[in-house]
Amino acid sequence: MLPLVLAGTAVLLASGLAGLRRAAPDAARRIVYGSSLGLCAALALAGLAALGAPPTVLRLPLFVPWVGAWFRLDPLAGFFLFVVNLGGAGASLYGLGYGRHEPTPERVLAFYPAFLAAMNLVLLAADAFGFLFAWELMSVTSWALVVAHHHEPGNRRAGFLYLLMATLSGLALLLAFGLLAGPAGDYGFAAMRAARPAGGAAALALLLALAGTGAKAGLMPLHAWLPEAHPAAPSHVSALMSGVMTKVAVYAFIRIVFDLLGGPPWWAAVVVLALGGATAVLGVLQALLQRDLKRLLAYSTVENIGIVFIGLGLAMAFRADGDPIGAALALTAALFHVFNHAVFKSLLFYGAGAVQAATGSRDMDALGGLIHRMRLTSFAVLVGCGAISALPPLNGFVSEWLTFQAILLHPDLPQWGFKVMLPADGALLALAAALAAACFVKAYGITFLGRPRSQAAATAMEVDGFSRATMAGFAALCLLGGIFPGVMIDALAPVAHALLGTRLPAQLALPWVTVVPVAAARSSYNGLLIFLFIATATSLTVLAIHRFASHAVRRSPAWDCGFPDPSPATQYTADSFAQPIRRVFAASLFRAREVVTMPPPGDTGPATIEKTFCDPFWDWGYAPVAGWIDRAATTLNVLQFLTIRRYLSFVFLALVTLLLAVALWG
Amino acid sequence: MGGFGFDVAHMLAGLLVLASLTMLYQDRLVALINVLAAHALILSASVAWQAHLQGAPDLYVTAAIAFGFKAVFIPWALRRIVRELGVHREIETVVGIGPTMLAGIGLVALSLEVMLPVTAAADPVARQDIALALSVVLIGLLIMVTRRNAVSQVVGFLSIDNGISLAATGARGMPLVVEISVAFSVLVAFIVIGIFLFRIRERFDTVDLGALDEFSGERQ
Repeated sequence: MLPLVLAGTAVLLASGLAGLRRAAPDAARRIVYGSSLGLCAALALAGLAALGAPPTVLRLPLFVPWVGAWFRLDPLAGFFLFVVNLGGAGASLYGLGYGRHEPTPERVLAFYPAFLAAMNLVLLAADAFGFLFAWELMSVTSWALVVAHHHEPGNRRAGFLYLLMATLSGLALLLAFGLLAGPAGDYGFAAMRAARPAGGAAALALLLALAGTGAKAGLMPLHAWLPEAHPAAPSHVSALMSGVMTKVAVYAFIRIVFDLLGGPPWWAAVVVLALGGATAVLGVLQALLQRDLKRLLAYSTVENIGIVFIGLGLAMAFRADGDPIGAALALTAALFHVFNHAVFKSLLFYGAGAVQAATGSRDMDALGGLIHRMRLTSFAVLVGCGAISALPPLNGFVSEWLTFQAILLHPDLPQWGFKVMLPADGALLALAAALAAACFVKAYGITFLGRPRSQAAATAMEVDGFSRATMAGFAALCLLGGIFPGVMIDALAPVAHALLGTRLPAQLALPWVTVVPVAAARSSYNGLLIFLFIATATSLTVLAIHRFASHAVRRSPAWDCGFPDPSPATQYTADSFAQPIRRVFAASLFRAREVVTMPPPGDTGPATIEKTFCDPFWDWGYAPVAGWIDRAATTLNVLQFLTIRRYLSFVFLALVTLLLAVALWG
Repeated sequence: MGGFGFDVAHMLAGLLVLASLTMLYQDRLVALINVLAAHALILSASVAWQAHLQGAPDLYVTAAIAFGFKAVFIPWALRRIVRELGVHREIETVVGIGPTMLAGIGLVALSLEVMLPVTAAADPVARQDIALALSVVLIGLLIMVTRRNAVSQVVGFLSIDNGISLAATGARGMPLVVEISVAFSVLVAFIVIGIFLFRIRERFDTVDLGALDEFSGERQ
């Protein structure tokens, strides 16, 4: 099957050429998105099939002639193949309709299939060279998509920042692989797996891998590019970058840490847990402060990556402590959340794209009341918001519940780091979940409820059929994932078995699709029961209301406090909704300030309120580094204007110095 | 191969280094070019001896190319250039001859010190050749660094190429194609540099590189 998968990826890579036809953009759009849809669906099925199959390996005579390129399809790669191509198929279906609004389609169509193919290649590569090649291809193609609308203000800066961070991530991974390969210099994953470096080299490789994959996934403090770059791309590409590409980075982390490295030291798990917890809470706090719908979603991606990394950190901790069942539970929770986040974040970005297409705006304070104009979109987004806020019976609840189960499994690991970190992470996770709920109440309430805040929102039209079908499909996936979590947990069992040597007990054998991750005495969950209860209770309530109250309803002007026809500006805004949380949490963390300026008596000018907040990572992390680099570059600028003889002297002196070093230490 | 073959090869390589050192203290352009011709002559003799030692007839072609191009044609053309430019009387070294010579001797010692331990397993002839060739290359760089006149920089560049040729022919099995292409690239480089010399002269009325620096673009 692996040759077929590779062939499919190659066709995907080539189908971008069809997007270059500027003469017939409609035909090009249909060809590119249609073929991507078909290929992604096929690849997703192949990934599912690979979950239960033994690993297959293939060597192709590509790249370096005498080394070749190795490819491997094992359960881990199969699971991520499924997630990536599910997201890819959704984005392609959505793009069939949404792509109509694209002002410069050739800038998107040419790179879109290549981006999908590159992500697939990362998952399939089984040597460092092919992996890094695919990784960089993924970065470059997604960068091209980020700067597709490069005339809009800020997008080019976002693209530049993204390119910088992608370079940093590639460099860190390059060095990590260099350490893993060891002195023999074999860059095949099989050789690295056999070599199992230990001690300082392994620890350094792990930290480099964490930096390299974290920079791509949006782990703090390397997340600053993500909320800039993800919203800049067209919406279905934003969905791919946020929902899928970050998962490819998670895959890379799992591949390196759990597969290639073997047993990392226990303190590494503490680092991952700390970063994951901080990322989850700070990400959602920043999401709460946003007014731009897509930026809010991008910050929420940072939060969810934090949750995934908490799960991975737990798995590392339990593994270092010799508890394979706990590790399998935590890993399953993390992977389940990977799938869930891919589904609901894609759905929410499709919804944001639909809102943008219908109203031309992503600013929540220019929206409102869309639930009357875009019925299906608003319902699908409501499902997505519920899922991302971890409400049962939707899928987001199950994975976060499983993560909590993993934390509660062993609150008393012997190492002091875990004694501090596990309870702290439990608290941070709970806080993040609560804040995420508040965040999405805000996002949904301000955008879809209330009255329209602008003419565009008041006259918005529901989007096309392709977009609606995609959103409905993904909303259904959110529900199905929450009702039948046992299917996913059982599907993930081979992955856990391949990486950790053990698996969770089979869930599908249990009656009434109950989920019992470890033991019934501890905890169990039945999504179907909750769903049936909610559905029955709601139906009965609706029935009762219609039976006894509907005939008594009469429509009349609302009581309006003596102000007839108040302006929509008197409603809650995005900022006013977030004000309590901003004051409590962000005042110290992000130095959020409000300045109210009242005009003096007699002055007819308006009163103003100004809100400011700053990003500590930017001000204390990125800005100083950028300053140092700038100063160093200015200092070194002198070197550009030397005489030829000086340059020759530099070459000569460098050569002599190196030779001296060889002579002295050789 | 007996001791005699090794001795001769060693002597020829040593002579090449000696010629390089001689170049370092020539303070007239014409004399410098004469030494360059001698340098190339020694190189072609060394290559021919390698051909005899290794029993590789294609190295004779290499030797012939070295003789024809490097020992006869290029020096002749350089002499013409010097005469045409009217610079055959001048030369200016940047550092004094004493320190330059000391530096050159130091470079020879350094390259022996570096190369001999590294190539301990290699064939003794190739070993000596490579070590001495590195010193020829380093001295060539030193010539380029210490001289100010464009013509003498060309001479330094050509002597570097001679050193590379020595190292390449010392090792067995270098294909003739490589040698021919290297020879031609040197020729092309020489032609380009020659044309540049005349253009520089036309434009700035001197071939002193110090004068060029005043015109380097974008100086702040």
